Amino acid sequence: MPLSGNPIRSKIRAATDNAVTGLAILATLLVIAPLLAIFGYLIYKGASSVNLDFFTKIPKPVGEEGGGMANAIVGSAVLLALGTIIGVPVGIGGGIYLAEFGRGTKLANAVRFTADVLNGVPSIVMGMAAYALLVGPQVSWLPFLGHFSAFAGGVALGIMMIPTVCRTTEEMLLMVPHAVREAALGLGVPNWRSVLSITVKTASPGIITGCMLAFARVAGETAPLIFTALGNEYWSLDLNQPIAALPLQIYKYALSPYDEWHRLAWAGALVLIVLIVLSVSLVRYVTSRGVLKGAS
Amino acid sequence: MGVGIEVTNLNAWYGTNHTLQDINLHIPANHATALIGPSGCGKSTFVRCLNRMHETNPIARVTGGVKVGDVDIYADAKPVEIRRRIGMVFQRPNPFPTMSIYDNVASGLKLNGYRNRRVLDEIVEKSLRNSALWDEVKDDLRKKSGASLSGGQQQRLCIARALAVDPEVLLMDEPASALDPVSTSKIEDLIFELKSQYTIVIVTHNMQQAARVAEKTGFFLNGRLVEFDSTHKIFTNPSDKRTEDYITGRFG
Repeated sequence: MPLSGNPIRSKIRAATDNAVTGLAILATLLVIAPLLAIFGYLIYKGASSVNLDFFTKIPKPVGEEGGGMANAIVGSAVLLALGTIIGVPVGIGGGIYLAEFGRGTKLANAVRFTADVLNGVPSIVMGMAAYALLVGPQVSWLPFLGHFSAFAGGVALGIMMIPTVCRTTEEMLLMVPHAVREAALGLGVPNWRSVLSITVKTASPGIITGCMLAFARVAGETAPLIFTALGNEYWSLDLNQPIAALPLQIYKYALSPYDEWHRLAWAGALVLIVLIVLSVSLVRYVTSRGVLKGAS
Repeated sequence: MGVGIEVTNLNAWYGTNHTLQDINLHIPANHATALIGPSGCGKSTFVRCLNRMHETNPIARVTGGVKVGDVDIYADAKPVEIRRRIGMVFQRPNPFPTMSIYDNVASGLKLNGYRNRRVLDEIVEKSLRNSALWDEVKDDLRKKSGASLSGGQQQRLCIARALAVDPEVLLMDEPASALDPVSTSKIEDLIFELKSQYTIVIVTHNMQQAARVAEKTGFFLNGRLVEFDSTHKIFTNPSDKRTEDYITGRFG
């Protein structure tokens, strides 16, 4: 008897279909809800304090009205640039090794395990490690060691980016179909060339996503910066000196007893999130412009 | 121009699996040679030994000699150089998805460091004309990805890509098995055209296809070459009982 012949069964099937679809929609809403709630609350609390001064002035002393976080915004940009310069090349290079050249070797397995462990290390521990390695030791002939500095903060953020970038790069490279690699080898292209020009290029949208995830994650990190970049109330672009950062400034202001500083902390949090979203969108836009019609 | 291939005592393994046993044959220059046989009989492994693709699998091993023209490919040359002289077209069309149609065709040259734009333009056009794809794609060369074409067009793009490096031999591993009948007949017409310039070795499950395009046919069974002769003889009066059973559909 054909399945569609029984009207009761047919109704049960339709009901099940609706129920499962409904559950999926509900789950989707639950995923989006916290994001919208946080963003909405930030706008509610912080939007009124976001003005031109916020982006152009440095913090005012306690008791004075106004002031902004211009130095912290620039400081965060410097720290993130340093972190990205360190974290992205090392992470991508490591990922290429894991997926292409070292596959199945003991070294690769050890590196993969280490990266996974590193990914799970709390950021405060990462900050302490960076402190012990970069801020603590006094080496007179090395300029960047021995004191709090933007350099130490950038290194801490960079190290935090490495495992995420490394593992997503590996995963994305492994997703490139074997047929594509064979096509390159079949043309008489040397293996290293095929890896760099074909495999990595094919996987590049996913690799860029991985880099953006790592970037967005460390952009909001406070703990590793407390022990390294320290924070700064004044303008500074000197990599050898403590530097301000948005998360540090938010942390400091939020813990303070002053209403004016609380308002600025809310505004800082809102600006931080908007800047992260903007920079991620910008990278996506720039990297998607070269994509051809019909490319998967 | 194509060159002949002389295979002597070729053996191949995947791990402990002895997939090719004592293969000896001569593939004539500027002809199409078809290899038929049931799945798993070793015909794909055999063509992959002809351009040293077999050894890209870490557990694979080969012994014996393959002479392409005057060059013993397992003794006198690096695998990379061999694969430039012996093009390959795979079962599933595999254009580079991130590259335009133009870059797909030029990829073999570009990735080996060739840069002269004017010469590249000429080679791309010639290769696409040779693979009967030029008229369908000439307006979208740089605009569209190779992956945006239909399956049959993609396979002809892959043929153009293989032709662009100017090989002497073209290996085709079931090039039409994933295509519809119209695309298949285009590929077959193409093989007919290309024979004058290249030596063609085609693996196929389709016996009518072997009969249509090839002058010579080899029948593989369980890792051995059972019979190798003119296509006409194989399909009308095979010497071996197993060949006859296979082509008359009694097994496989």
